Amino acid sequence: MHARADAPNDQAAAWPDEIFALLQRFDVRQVPYVPDAGHSQLIERVLASASMRGIPLTTEEEGVALLVGAWAGGQRGVLLMQSSGVGNCINMLSLTQIFRFPFLTLVTMRGEWGEFNPWQVPMGSSTQGAFELCGVRVLRATHPGEVREVVEAAAGQAYNACTPTAVVLSQRLIGTKVFTK
Amino acid sequence: MSKANLLDRRRVVSMLLADRDEALVVGGLGASTYDIAAAGDHARNLYLWGAMGGAVMIGLGLALAQPKLPVAVITGDGEILMGMGSLATVGLQKPANLSIVVLDNECYGETGGQMSHTASSADLVGVARACGIPDARAIATMDGVEAFAKAMQDVSAGPRFASVKIDSANLDRVLSSRDGVFILNRLRGSLGHQPL
Repeated sequence: MHARADAPNDQAAAWPDEIFALLQRFDVRQVPYVPDAGHSQLIERVLASASMRGIPLTTEEEGVALLVGAWAGGQRGVLLMQSSGVGNCINMLSLTQIFRFPFLTLVTMRGEWGEFNPWQVPMGSSTQGAFELCGVRVLRATHPGEVREVVEAAAGQAYNACTPTAVVLSQRLIGTKVFTK
Repeated sequence: MSKANLLDRRRVVSMLLADRDEALVVGGLGASTYDIAAAGDHARNLYLWGAMGGAVMIGLGLALAQPKLPVAVITGDGEILMGMGSLATVGLQKPANLSIVVLDNECYGETGGQMSHTASSADLVGVARACGIPDARAIATMDGVEAFAKAMQDVSAGPRFASVKIDSANLDRVLSSRDGVFILNRLRGSLGHQPL
């Protein structure tokens, strides 16, 4: 029921590990997340890591605030969430402009590319627009081969230039969720 | 309307911060930030003028990044009600150096004194305990405040939570800086971190 058409469990994709390696290279320490199947491999790597702390949230906006505290205390972080969580963050995204702190989020997309569940479509359709209205730049990765360079560029501009940045990982990349065989 | 034996919020916060030493302090949107400013401006104060519901999570991020320093979040009942899930997130992470104080006047003082959920039904101490913060206290006396202020300095026994029932009188505002970049970089500077 939760199988992913393009990424079956016995054949782990390479791009989540590439993201993990980049986060290590950028010395990311706090990784707040609301789980998503598309992020599951990365979350497992984070939770098994000695240098990163995976922090499960009850709602995504908690993660925006957490990253302010992390940076105030001298640590970088990244927020992992699904597209539906972006709407939950909107008022808290004010903090990216108020504090001008390095904000990076990696967002797995739903509501596009063969989506089965209509309830995912409205927020999925406005994810990029919502970010842009809130002053967050959006970079999109559609194919496995481009994930590394897109995340690297995003992390570079977020951490080096304090440009609030979201990487949108497309549903085509993570695989459309299969509800029925 | 006014109940007997309620504490004065400015006296409570002054006592909490009198011997703060190296502590980092996050003030929630609204009167809590004015109370912290009234106790004396400090490079390690992170004042919030917005982001309602975010104070506890900012405190958590700070506490995890600086585990050897006491971190205190001082906020109001309305502010924490908006981010109540963050108590569950704190309960899961169990940062030993984090203390959370709710100045509970049972109303939204900044917007006209409308009644909050704590006036009749919501029990924040019970919520904190049920979220995995066993040291959760209902404080009704200045002795209780003094004891909590001492406990805040112990970075090995948290997280801890206190709800202090305070008088709902609106006091004169004591305005802190509203410049987030200044406030944040000043705090980072006090920890030895350079600006970008």
